[in-house]
Amino acid sequence: MSEVLLKIEGINKRFGGLHALSNVSLHINKGEIYGLIGPNGAGKTTMFNVLTGLYTPDEGSFTFDGNDLFRAPPHVVVKSGIARTFQNIRLFHEMTALENVMVGRHIRSKANALGAVLRNKATRDEEAAIEAKAWELLRYVGIEDVAYERAKNLSYGHQRRLEIARALATEPKLLALDEPAAGMNPSETESLKALMEKIRDGGVTVLLIEHDVKLMMGLCDRIAVLDYGKKIAEGVPEVVRKDPKVIEAYLGVAHE
Amino acid sequence: MTMDTNKKLAVFIASAIVLAVLPFVVGNTLGNSWVRTIDFALLYVMLALGLNIVVGFAGLLDLGFIAFYAVGAYTFALLGSPHFDIHLPFYISIPLGAGLAAMFGLLLGTPVLKLKGDYLAIVTLGFGEIIRIFMNNLNAPVNITNGPQGINLIDPIQIGGLSLGKAVEVFGFTLNPVHLYYYVFLFLTVMVVIMVYRLQHSRIGRAWVAMREDSIAAAAMGLNIRNIKLLAFALGALSGGVAGGLFSTFQGFISPESFGLLESIMILAMVVLGGMGHIPGVILGAVVLTIAPEILRDVIGPLQMKAFGKMLVDPENARMLLFGAAMVIMMLVRPEGMWPSKRRAAEFKDAKKG
Ligand SMILES: Nc1ncnc2c1ncn2[C@@H]1O[C@H](COP(=O)(O)OP(=O)(O)O)[C@@H](O)[C@H]1O
Ligand SMILES: [Mg+2]
Repeated sequence: MSEVLLKIEGINKRFGGLHALSNVSLHINKGEIYGLIGPNGAGKTTMFNVLTGLYTPDEGSFTFDGNDLFRAPPHVVVKSGIARTFQNIRLFHEMTALENVMVGRHIRSKANALGAVLRNKATRDEEAAIEAKAWELLRYVGIEDVAYERAKNLSYGHQRRLEIARALATEPKLLALDEPAAGMNPSETESLKALMEKIRDGGVTVLLIEHDVKLMMGLCDRIAVLDYGKKIAEGVPEVVRKDPKVIEAYLGVAHE
Repeated sequence: MTMDTNKKLAVFIASAIVLAVLPFVVGNTLGNSWVRTIDFALLYVMLALGLNIVVGFAGLLDLGFIAFYAVGAYTFALLGSPHFDIHLPFYISIPLGAGLAAMFGLLLGTPVLKLKGDYLAIVTLGFGEIIRIFMNNLNAPVNITNGPQGINLIDPIQIGGLSLGKAVEVFGFTLNPVHLYYYVFLFLTVMVVIMVYRLQHSRIGRAWVAMREDSIAAAAMGLNIRNIKLLAFALGALSGGVAGGLFSTFQGFISPESFGLLESIMILAMVVLGGMGHIPGVILGAVVLTIAPEILRDVIGPLQMKAFGKMLVDPENARMLLFGAAMVIMMLVRPEGMWPSKRRAAEFKDAKKG
């Protein structure tokens, strides 16, 4: 058996009367690409927000890489090794691409206010290392030529890649991507797929939300399906695709 | 490349010379009251740069910033005056006041962590008023602040055997206290400028910008929003505290009146009018807003006498009126401030277009 990286059990999240996540349990193994699919409003993004500390779950348990992260605040989650991107891109728009990635290094660097003011050798070295690492990541996702552009002036595809680079800058063990291919044309999607495989091969586990079923089937090692906040299926893509509950959930939406 | 560094060096030397001789040139041409105004301009530069950390860098509104100036000022006054008959040297009471102001920064920052916009404005405004009211009323049952009468005969700064409170003769030049304090203020202003500049271009400065632009994304990148907010409040307050201590010793007298809401608003206006977040802009804003009212004061009265033969409008009122009008016009035609950063100028340009 492969090693479990993330494990949640019985997670519930309610918004007033809305039961956005109901008793969801799942685990993600080290080194896999794990897909999360489901109709719009199924609770996929809510799940991401719970896993990254932006929402506090009502009940359940959540362990990651040996740490108990149940109701942990975002900076603790990131420190333990989960990074994410957003469905509706959330870059620091007025900052350059390079600076965006440098912000991602924050949690892995230490210079405090005193160091910043004194600019001692340790601080200068660290700052240089932050910048070098940011350049490396921009190259890694293939957008180093726009390093000095402000984030908001980047093309959509570049913004998506920049968000990935910024997330990678936190040195995650698990990278959670919320619909990274949304709005991309087929060739962009194809190269994004290659990027995700490269990330996985680099030793980072990937959690992926996507609508493009074809993409998911070709990419994911395992898939979970959410519908109305419940996990209705989980397994390898070929099995999940044939699951009657899954077909119904998707058809149900299509008929609405 | 060398051209560039040469040019920078030339600018640096030129400004150093200008700043070094400024009080003499001004004193001999316009009189020593103008040197005093320049001294105050330096104090306001420190204050505005402190507030700029909170407002410009971290994007948090603070309408009670003068409270930290008050904390610095009262710390110095209580530790260096006949009031308690304690006379600590300035190199102890200024850092002490700055540290205490920073602690008050945390005190203000902690309860407002979750607040934004209007709510933040109101709470910080209330905080400023509370501090002032405390200063006003802490004279009974135990007299700590001497209430509305304020504290008098505050010690001048003493460097070695030299008291900055008395004129000295150097090579036939007479250096008045306004001159002497000028150099102390200038030195500390330069220190504050270096501090804020280095903070801005550091890991901490980046974190502030990220939080200002999108606090959710910033949190998701692992930034501890609470800590970096508190740091902004504390460091901003620190500069305010330094300026407060200097003000106290320079004036020799302080009372709660000096720390009203209008002062907080004035400092905020310096930051906004100068160019929020942009250090040179904020410095310019502080200098212009300190000096412009003084020029108006000198000009309005005589001008009216010349034009009408009598005073139509009380000069003090006319001054505030003109000043207010100038600010409104400025905000209409140049909302990004007099000297905004390139980034902010572009932001405003984009906002206008779209
Ligand atoms: N902060 C929130 N407050 C109230 N309801 C929310 C909030 N976030 C998500 N929801 C609701 O939870 C449900 C699941 O949303 P979401 O997780 O965004 O779905 P998905 O990403 O699968 O499309 C939706 O009905 C949505 O309206
Ligand atoms: Mg979603």
